[in-house]
Amino acid sequence: MSDLTDLTLAEARDGLKAKSFSATELTKAHIEAIEAANPALNAYVLATPEHALAQAKEADARLAKGEARPLEGLPLGNKDLFCTNGVRTTACSRILGDFTPTYESTVGANLWNAGAVMLGKLNNDEFAMGSSNETSAFGPVVSPWRRTGKTDKLVPGGSSGGSSAAVAANLCLAATATDTGGSIRQPAALTGTVGIKPTYGRCSRWGIVAFASSLDQAGPIAKTVRDAAIMLGSMAGHDPKDTTSVDAPVPNYEAALAKGVKGLRVGVPKEYRVEGMSKEIEKLWGDGIEWLKAAGATIHEISLPHTKYALPAYYIVAPAEASSNLARYDGVRYGLRVPGKDVIDTYENTRAAGFGKEVRRRILIGTYVLSAGYYDAYYLKAQKIRTLIKRDFDEAWSKVDVVLTPTTPSPAFAFGEKTGDPIAMYLEDIFTVTVNMAGLPGLSVPAGLSSEGTPLGLQLIGKPFDEATLFQAAQAIEDAAGRFTVGDRWWAAPSSGAKKKPGGK
Amino acid sequence: MRDAAKSGGKSKASNLIAGATGDWEVVIGMEVHAQVASASKLFSGSSTAFGAEPNSHVSLVDAAMPGMLPVINEECIAQAVRTGLGLKAEINLKSVFDRKNYFYPDLPQGYQISQYKQPIVGEGEIEIDVDGETKRVGIERLHLEQDAGKSIHDQSPDYSYVDLNRSGVALMEIVSKPDLRSAKEAQAYVTKLRTILRYLGTCDGDMEKGNLRADVNVSVRKPGDKLGTRCEIKNVNSIRFIGQAVEVEARRQIDIIEDGGAVDQETRLFDPGKGETRSMRSKEEAHDYRYFPDPDLLPLEFDQSYVDDLAAHLPELPDQKHARFVKEYGLSAYDASVLVAERDNADYFEAVARGRDGKLAANWVINELFGRLNKEGKDIEHSPVSSAQLGGLVDLISAGTISGKIAKDLFEILWTEGGDPAEIVEKRGMKQVTDTGAIEKAVDEIIAANPDKVEQAKAKPSMLGWFVGQVMKSTGGKANPAAVNEILKTKLGL
Repeated sequence: MSDLTDLTLAEARDGLKAKSFSATELTKAHIEAIEAANPALNAYVLATPEHALAQAKEADARLAKGEARPLEGLPLGNKDLFCTNGVRTTACSRILGDFTPTYESTVGANLWNAGAVMLGKLNNDEFAMGSSNETSAFGPVVSPWRRTGKTDKLVPGGSSGGSSAAVAANLCLAATATDTGGSIRQPAALTGTVGIKPTYGRCSRWGIVAFASSLDQAGPIAKTVRDAAIMLGSMAGHDPKDTTSVDAPVPNYEAALAKGVKGLRVGVPKEYRVEGMSKEIEKLWGDGIEWLKAAGATIHEISLPHTKYALPAYYIVAPAEASSNLARYDGVRYGLRVPGKDVIDTYENTRAAGFGKEVRRRILIGTYVLSAGYYDAYYLKAQKIRTLIKRDFDEAWSKVDVVLTPTTPSPAFAFGEKTGDPIAMYLEDIFTVTVNMAGLPGLSVPAGLSSEGTPLGLQLIGKPFDEATLFQAAQAIEDAAGRFTVGDRWWAAPSSGAKKKPGGK
Repeated sequence: MRDAAKSGGKSKASNLIAGATGDWEVVIGMEVHAQVASASKLFSGSSTAFGAEPNSHVSLVDAAMPGMLPVINEECIAQAVRTGLGLKAEINLKSVFDRKNYFYPDLPQGYQISQYKQPIVGEGEIEIDVDGETKRVGIERLHLEQDAGKSIHDQSPDYSYVDLNRSGVALMEIVSKPDLRSAKEAQAYVTKLRTILRYLGTCDGDMEKGNLRADVNVSVRKPGDKLGTRCEIKNVNSIRFIGQAVEVEARRQIDIIEDGGAVDQETRLFDPGKGETRSMRSKEEAHDYRYFPDPDLLPLEFDQSYVDDLAAHLPELPDQKHARFVKEYGLSAYDASVLVAERDNADYFEAVARGRDGKLAANWVINELFGRLNKEGKDIEHSPVSSAQLGGLVDLISAGTISGKIAKDLFEILWTEGGDPAEIVEKRGMKQVTDTGAIEKAVDEIIAANPDKVEQAKAKPSMLGWFVGQVMKSTGGKANPAAVNEILKTKLGL
């Protein structure tokens, strides 16, 4: 039998049902893969093998009784932004220290109640602020992808870099992730994986460490479009504990895959042809258009005139909300405390030591734009732009069913390449933030390789709560483009000699 | 202007404060924080019960654990709408919760969820009575917000402790317009507001527990001038202190201005022990709260039918009850005011008065019962005499079975021993003697024993009172006074 970690989520599910292997075997294979890979990739900040094996044991019992739930026995990784009951949760920030929640995020609980197995907590940019996973307090994640013939360490994207790297390196069947400005789609694009940020309100935010409340959404990163559809089906749903979550039925996304794209109207926004866009991204986009056309869709040029304001407006709204959301990390009740001579001094010491540079930068920007005298010029104006962006899309939906764009302006970059230039890093989100600002669903699907031999993704944007159409269209692209997996497992230690456990308390 | 104000009629000038340079007018606006009467907090299911062990009513949301989200408690919304209706105020069908950002150890989120630009209740008004005159005081707005926890500084030499039981409890901040012109008016305003809240059942008004507290904005000016610079006196927690705080603050500001200085806009604290206000923080030290709409909460929206339904089930309010008591029971405005001040008192009175002589009932409730309750520090809820017993007593008076004097004895028995009034009167022989034969006998005895007084009475008819007293004494107070008078007059030939 080939390596169980090579399986897709759907294949593993079917294999478990067919009793080709047990959930325990499947889980053990992943635990071993993590042990072998993590010293090189740093995708997991905390592996929880005992926890995983206990869940796998229960899954095997249910499978034996024929009482399998939708994700029975399927091992997943969980981004460290999701609070986990009894398991350390840090958002990859020093300020949370060894914080161990007494509660499970709703999305996490949905997955475990569907039978899934948690392998551990995945690395991410600190508080999900970053596009390269280089701001994590646990150090950067190394992408399993390398440029052809090179060994430079590449970033796996961010902030869900642990999720994208773990899925691409077969260290889990699929992973949870979150997306505030592109944190699911950009890492998915950079690692040849599929990621979907659902409509704002589709998944509960309860129990997920908040970055920017009006933009944050949970979603999966998976190996295939089908796997992403299966994952979202279990993650989504109304939660009375999050009043911004929407009480609407969750369709069977997996069943929607078979529908195809015949007659689907695909919009191509001219404003996304940004200045200096590389030839290969342009070609990728053209390929996507042709594939969809060949599968029966119609292509329409559309205009989203306020697109150019999305990124600057995003970098007002997101830091503003973050500056307030992160005020609770004050050293009083949990997490890090660095005592000072009085309470103000304690706040200052704690927050200076606890937050990394990028987080501090965003708290300062956010505090500034909300200050008296600046609020109207920045925050209020940014919210108005948001309304205009939404209106652009509302108009587009009268002509098209789905919008096709590139996910990122360029392929994966090397460590340190953009860390000195925050603007260059922020530009990573140029095609993705618009979707968060409008609250729409967006999906990234692998569509080709760059001239450097690294993955590139296409983004599909849908109508509110129409994730099903995104999966259909993405399936057409995946069918045409094929899957992109890393050939050489350079990261795996030659033997099981590498016993260094990842993360670990 | 000043001279005109000075000479302009005494009654108009009654609120003015005399200074070295002439009379001053004090201008007061109030911000009252009233704890919403609700079983659980504004955004979490934790209990709001008072007096629990520290940190025993704290949910994950109240402690601002990572990833926690607020969920609006619908009962708190209904209570705010009811209060708005009671204040005859505009109810906003759409309102927005904002975050007020500041750092403090007893503020776990690092922000207070409050309503800033779009409150749930808009403009309304309250009628107050001061010195027999009715005045309308404008309400600017009412908004909902979270209370903070409590910092405890006296438990350890090295640390402060935090109790989060109050963290997240719903408060209504009720802001008046600057319509008040004296300490008395300020006190009458808070008293009336408290009465309305208690009638509505939307706040228990318990100032000792801090469930109702006032920030008092005070400024002074020469009558007719534009508004002066105001100071805000924070967290005044009794009606008496509100009066004192206004008076000392107005005097302080007048002294500053008359000494050639200027009042600084600032937040001050009232020290009841020293009878002074002192600076807490200046305008320059004021926080920049960085208000913005809370992205965790959608705008709060409901329709008019929701408001109409709450309005339809609103209890009778003090002003309506007052008008009805005057009309239905023929009470004086003053008696009606005393009775409606507390809903329990009014209810008690009505139980006594229904189907009886309203004025007589009011007299007994106010003078005898309230007097006695006051003296013994009891409230109506713990009255030893029930409304049924007092009603029975009134019945016995109205039927002429007992005299007013005997009724007082009966009241004493009811207070100390209890029992059924009619039975007590029957068993203890307290019935009024209306048998003229018995009274005549008593009168004859008195006349026979006091020939000198009989002579005097002939010259001075007001001596009749002495005879009445003697007869009452000899009959143990049970003789019908009217009959005694009649018989005495005849026998003495007056």
